[in-house]
Amino acid sequence: MDFSNKNLGVLFRIGDETIYFNQTHLSTWIVMGMLLILAVIVRLALPRFSAVPRGFQNVVEALVEVMSNFAKSTMGERFEGYGGIYFSIFSFILVSNYSGLVGLRPPTADLATTAALGLITFALIQIGGVREQRGQYLKSFFKPYPIFFPINLVGELSKPVSLAFRLFGNMLGGVIIVGLVYQMLPLALRFLLPDVLHAYFDIFAGALQAFIFTVLSMTFIRQKSVTD
Amino acid sequence: MDPKAFVLGCSALAAGLATLSGLGSGLGQGIAAGKAAEAVGRQPDARGEIMSTMLVGAAVAETCSVYGLIIALILLLANPLVALL
Repeated sequence: MDFSNKNLGVLFRIGDETIYFNQTHLSTWIVMGMLLILAVIVRLALPRFSAVPRGFQNVVEALVEVMSNFAKSTMGERFEGYGGIYFSIFSFILVSNYSGLVGLRPPTADLATTAALGLITFALIQIGGVREQRGQYLKSFFKPYPIFFPINLVGELSKPVSLAFRLFGNMLGGVIIVGLVYQMLPLALRFLLPDVLHAYFDIFAGALQAFIFTVLSMTFIRQKSVTD
Repeated sequence: MDPKAFVLGCSALAAGLATLSGLGSGLGQGIAAGKAAEAVGRQPDARGEIMSTMLVGAAVAETCSVYGLIIALILLLANPLVALL
């Protein structure tokens, strides 16, 4: 059985290399399109928002408020701004994980997507560390003793790797297990039985992994940004 | 014996062994869930906070078994050893 990322067409050629358009590209663009349309709708409705929220405005304000309160409680008062960044990352991961429910291949079941997300967090950790600690930041790698430098370095580099692999492994594992069950069942039974698996692997694990990614990223950034 | 068949067979065995890494994290998650149940029993008001803390901890504990899963997947789907033959 083949659970790899299938190529749907040729994008372009560079020399002998052919770059393919694959399932991950397709579902990533669908997810991005959905989120962009939602964002445009909110942007267009923004001028008509009133001081007393009602209906749609209530939902939008509640979501933003939940996320900045969450950033405040995990990272501290000063870091409320990270709530915005991680709200977008959280919603991208969540919608990506749920895209498996409509038959798409989740973009997060591709190491390239999760590695990119991990690298965003890695960059934010380093930027936050340098901005908050200045010259002390490099010194923090030599604590408690200079001999710990290699361990600290590996510990720092393993953060994006572990973030990327955790999300990737969980989603790909779900894709493979659900795919195997679909292959195993006769056609007539494919409608009801896999729903339980979808509920666990897509709905529960998908939301949980999106949440974990956000919480861990925020904790990592806070560790390097706050000196105490 | 066909060397490719031997390598593929050993890879399948190794993939099975790699998934044994789920053993430790499964045990750890069970202990975490048990402790969380204890904590809820002692302090039913803090149920939401205990739940979210436990879920984060359990998902972090799951990482090492996910590494095992990824090694198994590499051995099964993108075997680097076959290319060496």
